[in-house]
Amino acid sequence: MSNEPRTLMYREALNEALMEEMRRDDTVFVMGEGIAERGGSYKVTAGLLAEFGEKRVIDTPLAEASFTGAGIGAALTGMRPVVELLFIDFALLTLDQVINQAAKLKFMTGGQGNVPFVMRTQGGTGNGVAAQHSQSLEAIFYHAPGLNVVMPSCPHDAKGLLKTAVRHNDPVIFIEHKLLYMNEGPVPTDDYLIPFGQGDIKRRGSDVTLIAWSNMIPRSLTAADKLAAEGINVEVVDPRTLVPLDKELILDSVRRTEHVVIVQEAVRRGGVASDIASIIQAEAFDYLDAPIEIVAGLNTQIPFNLTLEAACVPQEDDIIAAVKRAVYA
Amino acid sequence: MTHDKDRLLSFYHRMLMIRQFEERVKMMFLEGIMPGTIHQCQGQEASAVGVCFALNEKDVITSTHRPHGHAIARGLSVESLMHELFGKSTGCCKAKGGSMHVGDLDQGMVPAIAIVAGNIPLATGIALSYKMRREPHVAVSFMGDGAINEGAFHEAVNMGAIWKLPVLYVIENNRYAASTSIEKMTALDKLSDRAAGYGIPGVTIDGNDVEAVYEATQAALAGARAGDGPTLLELETYRITGHSRRDPCNYQPPEERELAVKREPLGRFTGKLLEAGLATQAELDEIAAAVETEIDAAVESAKAAPEPLPEDALEDVFA
Repeated sequence: MSNEPRTLMYREALNEALMEEMRRDDTVFVMGEGIAERGGSYKVTAGLLAEFGEKRVIDTPLAEASFTGAGIGAALTGMRPVVELLFIDFALLTLDQVINQAAKLKFMTGGQGNVPFVMRTQGGTGNGVAAQHSQSLEAIFYHAPGLNVVMPSCPHDAKGLLKTAVRHNDPVIFIEHKLLYMNEGPVPTDDYLIPFGQGDIKRRGSDVTLIAWSNMIPRSLTAADKLAAEGINVEVVDPRTLVPLDKELILDSVRRTEHVVIVQEAVRRGGVASDIASIIQAEAFDYLDAPIEIVAGLNTQIPFNLTLEAACVPQEDDIIAAVKRAVYA
Repeated sequence: MTHDKDRLLSFYHRMLMIRQFEERVKMMFLEGIMPGTIHQCQGQEASAVGVCFALNEKDVITSTHRPHGHAIARGLSVESLMHELFGKSTGCCKAKGGSMHVGDLDQGMVPAIAIVAGNIPLATGIALSYKMRREPHVAVSFMGDGAINEGAFHEAVNMGAIWKLPVLYVIENNRYAASTSIEKMTALDKLSDRAAGYGIPGVTIDGNDVEAVYEATQAALAGARAGDGPTLLELETYRITGHSRRDPCNYQPPEERELAVKREPLGRFTGKLLEAGLATQAELDEIAAAVETEIDAAVESAKAAPEPLPEDALEDVFA
């Protein structure tokens, strides 16, 4: 079988991951709002109902907390549920089940029972859906011990990481981005997995380490291309999973470039970028040539108006300016 | 009643074990030798025993912040519970859970969930996994009366109903959500009337009559195993101890409490056994002595058991 990569959209790559894992393992099932007959808002679960039937592709009532809890209960007793939350904003309704139950069950019980539970959801700004459908909330899950937090930026990573998520024995919060679903990229034909905790260098560079994830990766890569034309070589590091975090990949890059920019779409306050910055300053302080630059969302809500929306989250120009500040400091 | 003598004596033995375990724990707690907090179930022994004795080995229960009785009724050893309550690494949860999270998956009890109603979706999902794998087991979700006003209750019972899952929702109605009377929280006289809203059977029975609880549970389990879906079973009972540590129960009117003490399940059942000639006082005394010995041994071994190591805090968590 040839392993020539094909070009797939992010949503197609996710769909393929679910198809393959459901064929491989009868205990895998998917559950969520409008995911069976409708195939999900972003078509990630399209075709699953036809192949696997309604017992394994389940349309739930609008009851986020409890279908999430039901998934966790099923996981505790031998199933591998992939529960879809339409928007990460709605995942706030599930926090008791996710943080108090899924994340803690193994620990509180001294190691009895695994919770191989995946929550797929999507976040982020970009199409004017306002304050309750646009948030970047990864920090909430990052903050809670016991959860893997996965944020793929391209079709290749989306597929390999989702397959790993389904096979993982601990809970996984798998956060997609609404602007990435239609993005295309190469995806191998053969079966492959991407281990958690293994980041990827999306662009090699020698002058500055730029750390970003999810939709901030394509945006940062475009910025990096423009900066290259001005003679600044940006290394773009994508941790791909925030928990576990590939610290070594980040630190190794920082030691080579001695300059750091971290880009996150989420609001600045209490974000993952701040935590990564604290890790870098603690473990690679002597290598830093300049203060770490963080480019992040403003500490505000996401407005409906598209101009205002764009003003609230990092844009290409913001990234370019931050890189220049870091390099020319 | 059709139960044979052995079954009735085993009801008695387990209810007494729960009562004496709780009384001993309460005393040690008040003496200050037991850490944390406790939520006890004196007066509610019949609901735990009546339900759990009707289960098969592979059925699973989920419990609440008031789980000691459920755990003992389900067959966890008094020793593993006592060690856990003392925070020893030999406890059923290796000192990670404590009083509010006791359980043992191998014994058919999901470690207890201390967020009110948080266990109801879990039990529903466990039942979903049984149905998907065509296994004949049933999941039982215990809850207090306070839980029925949580959103998770409504959502989960509805899901159990629409998917006809093998799950039994058991309300132990002890009339108080912590200190707030049931009359202030619902306009219903019978909490099982809620079942009509989900299209499932609702049954209210005397939760202090262990035999009645056992039989009602058997009937509900038969329906669940036959694919008829869940039952909402309300067991009317009363907590004759505090909600949690050092609660003087000032919110329970004295006359109500006096009546409840007369109706408590252990005394009633003892009276019945003796009056009907189903057991002699000597037989009951023998059981009581064995219970005391087992609890004494559990306390002594728990005191002597090893403390966990600080580094154990990072075990069993995916950091």
